[in-house]
Amino acid sequence: MSTQDQNIATYNFAYLDEQTKRMIRRAILKGIAIPGYQVPFASREMPMPYGWGTGGVQVTASIIGPDDVLKVIDQGADDTTNAVSIRNFFRKVADVETTTETAKATIIQTRHRIPELPLTEGQTLVYQVPIPEPLRFLAPRETETRKMHALEEYGLMHVKLYEDIARHGHIATTYAYPVKVEGRYVMDPSPTPKFDNPKMHMSPALQLFGAGREKRIYAIPPFTDVVSLDFEDHPFEVQKFDKPCALCGAEQVYLDEVVLDDRGGRMFVCSDTDHCETRRAEGHVGELGVKEAAE
Amino acid sequence: MPRTDSSAVQTADHITGGFAKPVFDAQAIFRAVMDAMARPGTIQPTKAETQPPRPLSPVAAAITLALCDNDTPLWLDPALRQSAAVASWLGFHTGAPSADTPADAHFALVADPAGLIAFENFAQGTQEYPDRSTTLILQVTSLSSGAQLVLEGPGIDGRAAFAPTPLPRHFVEQWKQNRARFPRGVDLIFAAPEGIACLPRTTRIRAMEG
Repeated sequence: MSTQDQNIATYNFAYLDEQTKRMIRRAILKGIAIPGYQVPFASREMPMPYGWGTGGVQVTASIIGPDDVLKVIDQGADDTTNAVSIRNFFRKVADVETTTETAKATIIQTRHRIPELPLTEGQTLVYQVPIPEPLRFLAPRETETRKMHALEEYGLMHVKLYEDIARHGHIATTYAYPVKVEGRYVMDPSPTPKFDNPKMHMSPALQLFGAGREKRIYAIPPFTDVVSLDFEDHPFEVQKFDKPCALCGAEQVYLDEVVLDDRGGRMFVCSDTDHCETRRAEGHVGELGVKEAAE
Repeated sequence: MPRTDSSAVQTADHITGGFAKPVFDAQAIFRAVMDAMARPGTIQPTKAETQPPRPLSPVAAAITLALCDNDTPLWLDPALRQSAAVASWLGFHTGAPSADTPADAHFALVADPAGLIAFENFAQGTQEYPDRSTTLILQVTSLSSGAQLVLEGPGIDGRAAFAPTPLPRHFVEQWKQNRARFPRGVDLIFAAPEGIACLPRTTRIRAMEG
């Protein structure tokens, strides 16, 4: 234990040095003031590889204080490698309390899901973002995409969605589905399933986005208009699932497919592990679930 | 303005009065500013643990210490510029270079909002980089005893209201023009003894009453 204490002492609180935190904090304030606009920032090397959430980690490290309670999810799950290692990272370098309960957390760092439990006013959701630029695969040059944002020229994005319809008969984009924030900036909500897009609209929680490799921070303030792009004759729709969660019986939640055997057996379960566990503790049972033993 | 104190006392003045716990105080002040910016019109209480030389207020000084460093040219309004003690205190604690013109400033520190030059003199950012704009830190005496400002916009559930005083001249009209420049424009941080409130450039002022 004493060696661990010494390890903590060799870091500044929350790992980043103070000048870096100030730089990131200034970028966060600009991001909040210009919802959906990608603020460039001087992203640092972090003790984890790009793609593991270095942007989200830098944002979390810059806002977190000793009184915060941190939850980290990876595709909705609290118990996967990325979530566990980031949670342990902040326990070590910031000595903060961590939790898996959505309701208890003040800061939730997420990779590609928004919790099923509606967020509240005191909470901040920090997204890990791989490619922040929604127009990047339509115009590879930064100078071009920046000009398109400056001129509010988003026709290309509508053409892309139209081509989906022409080819597939419906808008086939299922994740990283582009949104328009407060009627101005088209924004990539990070590769969350489009199922989660409606949760961003008028959320009481502050939403911050960090892209470490691409060096961008952006934000959606609470109670902000977030509209998924669509057409009058092809309105935006979220995924629907045929069956409820096999473990807890939840409906209207996002489900993951779990392969059970090599003969085509499969089950669909809540992607949000905290939501599923809470429901099962409350006594809800799905068709493949077992009744929780009374404690 | 020359001071009559001995230089030894002056030096001590400039060194003392900063954050007692720089890491945690800066984090607490930043979180108050972030929450205020995310929820315009709300007053975020704060313990300002700084003792700057007058006329710089403890809350405005705390915000400056939390956000400014040698990367951020800082503009001081005439009321603050008159005090050599303020400039050297800020210089010692932040290392922020002074901005030659308001258009070069990343942050502007304003002790006398009623005498402030027009917002359009400050950096507005560009259409490509609207983040390259000045953030104004206005020292006000109160956030609740002025004329009521009714607010709408991102961060506000329906409507919000606060009543900062004193305000820059023709404030509502100036703010309307600032709003019309979106995504360019300045953002305001109000530093009052009771806490921090913000007006990001997205906020619309519906009405001014009282």
